[in-house]
Amino acid sequence: MHIAVITKSVPDTEAVVSVDAGGKLLAGDKLVVNPWDEYAITEAILLKEAHKAKVTILAVGPEQHNEALKHGLAIGCDQAIRVWDGALEGHDSLVYAKAVAAAIQKLGDVTLVMFGRELPDIASDAHIFQTARKLGWNLLGSVSKIEALDFAAKTIRVRRLVEQGTEVLSSRLPAVISVLKGINEPKYPTFIGIRKASKTEIPVWGLSALGLDAAAAQGQAAVTGYRELPKREGAVEIIEGASAQDKAAKLVEKLFAEKVL
Amino acid sequence: MDFMLNEEQLMAQEMVRKFAQEEIAPTIKEWDQKHQPHPHVLPRMAELGILGINIPVKYGGQGFDYITLGLVCEELERVDASLRVVMSVHAGLNSLALLQWGTEEQKQRFLVPQAKGEKYAGYALTEADAGSDPANLRSTARREGDVYILNGEKMWISLATKADHMLIIAKTDPHAKPVHKGISAFIITSDMKGVTAGDIHGKLGVRAGSTGWIAMQDVEVPVENRLGEEGEGFNIAMSCLDNGRFTVAAGATGCIRACLEDSVKYSKERHTFGVPIAQHQLIKQKIAFMQQWYDAARLLVFKAGWLKNLGKRNTRETAVAKWFATDMSVKAALEAVQLYGAYGFSDEYDVERYLRNAKGATIYEGASEIQQLIQADYALGYRKDKPIRCEPVAYDADAWQSEA
Repeated sequence: MHIAVITKSVPDTEAVVSVDAGGKLLAGDKLVVNPWDEYAITEAILLKEAHKAKVTILAVGPEQHNEALKHGLAIGCDQAIRVWDGALEGHDSLVYAKAVAAAIQKLGDVTLVMFGRELPDIASDAHIFQTARKLGWNLLGSVSKIEALDFAAKTIRVRRLVEQGTEVLSSRLPAVISVLKGINEPKYPTFIGIRKASKTEIPVWGLSALGLDAAAAQGQAAVTGYRELPKREGAVEIIEGASAQDKAAKLVEKLFAEKVL
Repeated sequence: MDFMLNEEQLMAQEMVRKFAQEEIAPTIKEWDQKHQPHPHVLPRMAELGILGINIPVKYGGQGFDYITLGLVCEELERVDASLRVVMSVHAGLNSLALLQWGTEEQKQRFLVPQAKGEKYAGYALTEADAGSDPANLRSTARREGDVYILNGEKMWISLATKADHMLIIAKTDPHAKPVHKGISAFIITSDMKGVTAGDIHGKLGVRAGSTGWIAMQDVEVPVENRLGEEGEGFNIAMSCLDNGRFTVAAGATGCIRACLEDSVKYSKERHTFGVPIAQHQLIKQKIAFMQQWYDAARLLVFKAGWLKNLGKRNTRETAVAKWFATDMSVKAALEAVQLYGAYGFSDEYDVERYLRNAKGATIYEGASEIQQLIQADYALGYRKDKPIRCEPVAYDADAWQSEA
């Protein structure tokens, strides 16, 4: 009964994001745990408490991601592992997924991998699908509730949000799931957990430890630079009129003329 | 000299910040306007372990140091003074007194449930006619066999109607010379016969805080509830203030930070004369002063916390931190209101609440004038720290984090 929860430190969601003259993204120095991951971490801890499972928290990236890992330890994860190798610098989502999948396989006995819904810094969830594919496990995305989990019988039943409503899906374990906001109320770190986390040295697994060669770190896509979105321009026009009805009529006329209505 | 906070302190600070900002900040204004404590505050602070943050683990606490206590208070008052007041009385004035002066049996009976947040605690020194002059308090404790009979009324007591345990300072010898030698300290519980309490309404600030009175009429208090020796109560009361004032000072830095952060944000949003007001020099001056007051207040708080960690007497250093930080929090709040203009004068924004809250802290736990007298008396050599039977308890990470 081993659960792996995958996390990442991302720029603060309140940070002002800009692009410098060299095409480099600026998002401030402050990093936070991916807010979506907070739900995944809490759900993993709730499952740990209910099933006496072991929880490993894992991140791919340089040292700055230790913050998210320590946050997970402080909430109650049993161990943290950071995957990083200079060759992974500038990785695309597929390289990321290969690294995560290799780490899961190295852990050996993981039967449930949990992700937050997406990475807000790049607004993508491709890495979740790619990780499931690399592992060859079922993917249950956008989970709003874990209805049943039976490690012994190797089954999981979840409620997931789909465009038309919700659907209930069952799958065999091992599986990969991504969870939504609202699946739980994210836990805070405990003070005892904080102390444990602050004293923990987080091991770093490089490519060779994962059994990957340099070719595995070669992405198919590379970000060459960023550009600012064009500035949105707009003008405000105050509609005058003798009465509210008069103003509303003029507004409707304008909206028709502009083909808004 | 190392000004860096360690990882443990930073993570604790972040955790309390999250709690205060996410759970309390969104609705604190409503509770302040209703003149009622936010119902979530006490139980959640208990549940999260905040109430026992710097009590050793073996006494039910979390085993963090005094600097962390300061950081916690700063984060709490960044949102509202009423949150920090809980720490001042429960942790600073009461629990730390039990740690310093309590017998092992008293620690097990009172400190452990307080540190775990199972019981709330308060401190009652002030009376209607005894605030800055506590040696002349009128409450009495008359010994009769194995009990003391307590009579009197305490005023301006935080958590008066919420606390389960109350540290009472009363006279055991009304004729003692000097008068402070006739004072003793007792732990009473709210369920004792003859104890009544009520809330005080109409306060200028800390309106979401619980402040009240406690009346004692022939309350029988077992001898084993006396904290320290008979006649030691004044020393105990003053040592409590060394810890309480530390939390007030740390909280006031949080209030200054609130003024600074809100003013920075608003001054970039509000335009006059075609530019954000942040670009006007006189606005920059206000921001600069707030930054200066915050930095200086925080350094004074850290210095006092560092002395506490070492177990050294810190009355003067804590008093100067409390005096400076609280006086500057009032100035910062006044400047913030001015910067916000008419909006600052309305309760649409938070800065008017910061101002009302800040004013109280220049009065309670030793008015600014008392803190000034303390500084002058130390400087003039009129006041020196005399040895006390139980010196402040130094922070020892291994011992405080050990289960046994």
